[in-house]
Amino acid sequence: MKELLLGNEAVARGAYEAGVKVATAYPGTPSTEITENIAKYDEIYSEWSPNEKVALEAAIGASLAGARSICSMKHVGLNVAADPLFTVSYTGVNGGLVIMAADDPGMHSSQNEQDSRFYARASMVPMLEPSDSRECRDYTKAAFEISEKFDCPVIVRLTTRVAHSRSFVELEERSDVGLKPYVKDPSKYVMMPAMARGRHLAVEKRMAELRSFAETTSLNRIEWGRKDIGVITSGISYQYAREAFGDVSYLKLGLVYPLPEGLIREFASKVDKLYVIEELEPFFENQIKKMGIEVTGKDLLPVTGEYSAALIRDRLCGIKPEKAYDFDVQAPQRPPVMCPGCPHRGTFHVLKKLKLTVTGDIGCYTLAALPPAQSMDTCVCMGASIGMAHGMEKARGREFGKKTVAVLGDSTFIHSGITGLIDIVYNKGCSTVIILDNSITGMTGHQHNPATGFTIKGEPTKQVDLELLAKAVGVERVRIADPFDINGFEKVVKEETEADEPSVIIAQRPCALLKQVRYEGPQRINDNCRKCRSCMKIGCPAIVDKGDAIEINSALCVGCKLCSSVCAFNAIEKAGDKNE
Amino acid sequence: MNDLNIMIVGVGGQGTLLASRLLGKVAQKQGYDVKVSEVHGMSQRGGSVVTYVKMGKKVYSPIIEKGEADFLVAFEKLEALRWIDYLKKEGTLVLNDQEIDPMPVITGSTTYPEGIIDRLQAAGVRIRSVDALDIARKCGNIKAVNLVLIGLLAGTSSIGKEVWLEAIEEVVPQKFLDVNLKAFNAGFEVR
Repeated sequence: MKELLLGNEAVARGAYEAGVKVATAYPGTPSTEITENIAKYDEIYSEWSPNEKVALEAAIGASLAGARSICSMKHVGLNVAADPLFTVSYTGVNGGLVIMAADDPGMHSSQNEQDSRFYARASMVPMLEPSDSRECRDYTKAAFEISEKFDCPVIVRLTTRVAHSRSFVELEERSDVGLKPYVKDPSKYVMMPAMARGRHLAVEKRMAELRSFAETTSLNRIEWGRKDIGVITSGISYQYAREAFGDVSYLKLGLVYPLPEGLIREFASKVDKLYVIEELEPFFENQIKKMGIEVTGKDLLPVTGEYSAALIRDRLCGIKPEKAYDFDVQAPQRPPVMCPGCPHRGTFHVLKKLKLTVTGDIGCYTLAALPPAQSMDTCVCMGASIGMAHGMEKARGREFGKKTVAVLGDSTFIHSGITGLIDIVYNKGCSTVIILDNSITGMTGHQHNPATGFTIKGEPTKQVDLELLAKAVGVERVRIADPFDINGFEKVVKEETEADEPSVIIAQRPCALLKQVRYEGPQRINDNCRKCRSCMKIGCPAIVDKGDAIEINSALCVGCKLCSSVCAFNAIEKAGDKNE
Repeated sequence: MNDLNIMIVGVGGQGTLLASRLLGKVAQKQGYDVKVSEVHGMSQRGGSVVTYVKMGKKVYSPIIEKGEADFLVAFEKLEALRWIDYLKKEGTLVLNDQEIDPMPVITGSTTYPEGIIDRLQAAGVRIRSVDALDIARKCGNIKAVNLVLIGLLAGTSSIGKEVWLEAIEEVVPQKFLDVNLKAFNAGFEVR
């Protein structure tokens, strides 16, 4: 049966067909749908782990226990998981272990544009990179074979365009590989100096074997065409190159680390002009140049952003697209915004009013850095808000600290905020931490986490009690407040920032997109309106200034009534039914 | 078999993803190779979103380049303006005559461009426009805007209506099927 699968769905299918037993992940665009789809298979145990480090550790445990296991994350998640990664490279595996790392060239939904291929080289782990959904499925399966054959974890690198594009996959049956026996082997699995020295030698031997394997594997293939131009490429860049260059010759690399030096030399010797086409860093290019082979790549192509067939035609062939219409397009930007009904809107309205310095974090609420809220000063990585608020206080003193708050979501707090909070308490800080508890992991599309009380399969489980947790690490001032009770929330924030000790405020209100959240429906503005524009200041996309009147867009408004609570003239009331 | 490139543009939350999945299914039923490129994540939060659907004998890049789209299906007027360079000279703009103010307009730092349809027409763009929100509301659910526009696209394309209907039945969840079929038909009937 042929199905039109998202790249991420195809990876999930590959894991299923490969007989995977354990799948772990922390959600992150563009990797999230891998594990969401794996969770649909009852044959596979799956979980949202608290963060990528724990996810990889759980997957390593499953592998050593004999199961094929897969661990999925976005590129920056691999930074979090880097610690176990570098050492599982030494221990090797028992059941096959595959790590999915999804890069985001162009930063559709990320804070940096790092190229994860360097992790493969740095940790001495082989890496595959598919170019469409069929390869996503095939390479995932191949990765398990390689993992078990060479006794190592294997990274499969995706990029956004592969992860989030659909193409056809011919479905295959699941092969029930079962569990391998578990054998205690401290010399392989206890990485202390004496054992690790031996394992480092094993890693070097394995890399040599993998370099030979790279020369012959069908994952790397030459497509001969015209020989005036040869292109070495991989992943989505292969698709762009095919479209831009047509029937020239290609060396398509499926195994992107280690590289097949012999194959590259052979290919290079038979074409007149050699291009290397790869998004982001000159990873292939520098290695190929080091072989003494002349190539053209980053001197004409950018190291930033996504590529396209048009970009390749322009930069390498000198062909510019013709303009179809003589039309000067000047469309105002449409940046993403917090949704109508978003609980974060209340929080940031208050933080802006109080003119606080806000160290921010990763989530929907990062949008508060943009107009109109503009009430976020920093965003670096998951959990950084707390440590950074603490550092600011230590640098600029207690009074500055009392004008500073750290803001992060419930899932982000669990991911890597807890250790930051301990730092504040342990090192006698006075920072205020606001946990935006919207009962879900929002930005990535509603995944459960340890603070929601449900598993990936929607089964009820123990729920982390954020209040008790904060108290347990030594925060004596813990407050729970509703960000839509603007006056009450403001009072709490004032009191807690003024306190000469650490505080945690749990801003509790669920994401407006959750099914169980039902507001009363569209509001409208009545004749009491004095056009003071107070309601416009909360930055709701449903409230628009039509020049002669302020209006509420009934197609967008959910009826959260945050605007009513900032209106001094009682000018906002319930409108008729949405569909009237 | 001619290649067919369709772009769907709109504002995050308007239901463009379902529309692209439907188009993928239609392509599959026609026996085409197909690639659909979607937007997930942060941009989805009320931002400008674009989905590419490419079908043909063999599709490599999932991305449609400037001047390559046979159809530009715009769920919102400003988005039609933003992406118009992607439409082919002889292509058709399928347009929802609806305005959603972006945040820079709401905050007053810029204004919503006036006379978008007139300006596009003056530039020679072939336009099929409809008030899909109003039609969807009359069909019983404002969220069916996407099916109204798919209906209008279907009525403009050379692919048979029965193919579209089958695809809808396979892709749309059962409990929303009636209202979506109603919306599709209403869009299809627009002349």
